[in-house]
Amino acid sequence: MNSIYLDYSSTTPVDKAVAGAMQVAWSEDYGNPSSVHRFGQKAKVRMNQAREKMASLLGCDGSELYFTSGGTEADNLALKGVAYASQKKGRHIITSQTEHHAVLHSAEYLAQSGFDVTFLPVDELGKVDPQQFKAALRPDTTLVSIMMVNNETGTIQPIREMAEICRSAGVLFHTDAVQAVGKIPINISDLGVDLLSFSGHKIYGPKGIGGLFIRKGVRIAPLFHGGSHEKRKRAGTENIAAIIGMATALEMVTSRMDEENSRLAQLSDWFINEIQAKIKDVSLNGSMASGIPQIVNLSFKGAEGESIILSLDLKGVAVSSGSACTSGSLEASHVLSAMKVDDLLAQGSIRFSLGQFTTKADLEYTASILPDIIDRLRSMSAAYNG
Amino acid sequence: MNMESKNKKVLVALSGGVDSSVALLLLREQGYEVIGATMKLWDFSEVGGDVHKDGRCCSMESVNDAREVCDRVGVPHYLLNFAELFKKTVIGNFVSEYLNGRTPNPCVLCNTEIKWEQFLAQADKLDCDYIATGHYARTGYDATSGRSFLKRGIDGTKDQSYALWGIRQAALAKTLFPLGEITKKETRRLAEEAGLKTANTPESMEICFVADDNYGRFIREWSGQEIPEGDIVNQEGEAVGKHKGIPFYTVGQRKGLGISHRTPLYVTEIDKENNRIVIGEKEAVKKSELNMSRVNWVSAKPTDEPFSGLVQIRYLHKSCPAQIIPQSADRFKIIFETAQLAITPGQTAVIFDGDTVLAGGIID
Repeated sequence: MNSIYLDYSSTTPVDKAVAGAMQVAWSEDYGNPSSVHRFGQKAKVRMNQAREKMASLLGCDGSELYFTSGGTEADNLALKGVAYASQKKGRHIITSQTEHHAVLHSAEYLAQSGFDVTFLPVDELGKVDPQQFKAALRPDTTLVSIMMVNNETGTIQPIREMAEICRSAGVLFHTDAVQAVGKIPINISDLGVDLLSFSGHKIYGPKGIGGLFIRKGVRIAPLFHGGSHEKRKRAGTENIAAIIGMATALEMVTSRMDEENSRLAQLSDWFINEIQAKIKDVSLNGSMASGIPQIVNLSFKGAEGESIILSLDLKGVAVSSGSACTSGSLEASHVLSAMKVDDLLAQGSIRFSLGQFTTKADLEYTASILPDIIDRLRSMSAAYNG
Repeated sequence: MNMESKNKKVLVALSGGVDSSVALLLLREQGYEVIGATMKLWDFSEVGGDVHKDGRCCSMESVNDAREVCDRVGVPHYLLNFAELFKKTVIGNFVSEYLNGRTPNPCVLCNTEIKWEQFLAQADKLDCDYIATGHYARTGYDATSGRSFLKRGIDGTKDQSYALWGIRQAALAKTLFPLGEITKKETRRLAEEAGLKTANTPESMEICFVADDNYGRFIREWSGQEIPEGDIVNQEGEAVGKHKGIPFYTVGQRKGLGISHRTPLYVTEIDKENNRIVIGEKEAVKKSELNMSRVNWVSAKPTDEPFSGLVQIRYLHKSCPAQIIPQSADRFKIIFETAQLAITPGQTAVIFDGDTVLAGGIID
């Protein structure tokens, strides 16, 4: 039985070097960084070294990085934290219709709590139009949150342009960069964003760790109350081993980013061509030119996505439709709906996400078994008469 | 490995209980390629009820138990979300039947419309040859009649063929019941021997989506309607008490009528039109005839000719001899040899020949 993993955008295996660094942190430098004694001192030094390392790789200051339990918490902290801290100035927030649920549902929660939220539409490639975006800004707008790379389609948003518009309007700008870190070059000071979320387990680091860049001077209300960890912005003993693991992972993915991107770009181009040559009525959601090579989102007209996933899994290939966080629900992807993808196509969408251990042979095998699966599902579909 | 099972793929419906777990285990041992799947039919946040009195089916724990059994047996497990459909068909019917003064059997509808429709369709999509469940029933092909048959399981105390009469021939031909030939006791023993986590799961008796067993609460919440009170009348039509709303009564019911009388009183009729509950003594709740509709011919070839058989009218009813008179393609008139207590509209009537399910339908 084959075992082919094409779901790197859901999560990644922990790199061996990362696991090694974490092992040391667990077994040797295990102190609590808040403790006064030498165990604590050593842990704190290790943690801050990791923080500085990440800061230099992301182009910010170490004091501006705050560790959280993951991307979801970082997004919640950014949205709710800024919304509540700035509510005297205004109660209007702008985001897009294609955000990850961590942002989308936080924004919906704020909308239910009396904030006014604008959900911007996107074009057929999944991009927010900066001019439309500019027009949505109001005097009472306090925060804009637009993701850097979409987790379902890989579409890259024009973050720098939007951050600049916000800066001149005096509005804070947050970006969820969970799917972008390690895949596209990020220099925070160059980008001009005020807040940026990231996660460990999407970059061959451990699960349960992530963080939020908060520009110096940005006021934020904490989600958790407790000790004075993370300068009172995030109470709770720091998950040091995971922090060290994430820093090691970031260093690693950054160092091989260019090489890996060109390798994966070749693979995904080959894969798309191969699939479209073998199977008719397959369309690409988003475009490879405006996206990352790690994500290929294809719609197989008239074949239901869930059944494709199960059929591939039975043949040893792991993929997903949309994001792992929404699987099991029958609704069409909110991302594809916002991109105005036809329902019949959206229901047959599959995200193939490539990563470090993806080989040409993996994709060849996948492309060899897909035609039969799609044929069978289409033959049972009342909606398909291609 | 026998020849029948060689290279045959089966999708097994797993509830997270002991029966379906052992069904999976047995098929695996027989050499089938087995895939486990649990149907998500409803959610506590929607059906309500006392969260502390958690029913097992469809709870997160039962899904996790099913997943763990599959991991242990070494087969894949998938969660299939049929909640929208279940809500529309099974729960919708359950509520409307009660509101109409009838007493539905949602398990029958779930079997017919969900398991042997949607689940089977999913199995087709996964290129499976069969589906299997942990029901205590038997099926196979009868060369003489050229039909797939359905029989009671050999464990008379656990027989579930009564709730399976709605399965159509094409679906039955693709069905395996691995527990049909064993007893519940053996099932538990096999589960324990295999060290399955689900070996000691309790029997599920109530309707799964009414976890607190409070039908009144459920119907009130789900329908969102005011359910009017009305009169309880005797056989002569005289008001003798008040009822709480007709959905809360069922024909043959004796308890909870709130009327004292020297002999036991029963609900003999639910008069939806006049919003009345009719009560009477035991003799008045006995009838020797019923009409049934939505008939499905199972093991028996359809015929226009009257025939005799054993008819069962409730899950815990001992089937009784009767004459079956086909009225049209899907309607029967049944005449029992002796009068039966509490023939309940909305319930299922199943016609047997010995252990074999000939046909079934819904009592008018």
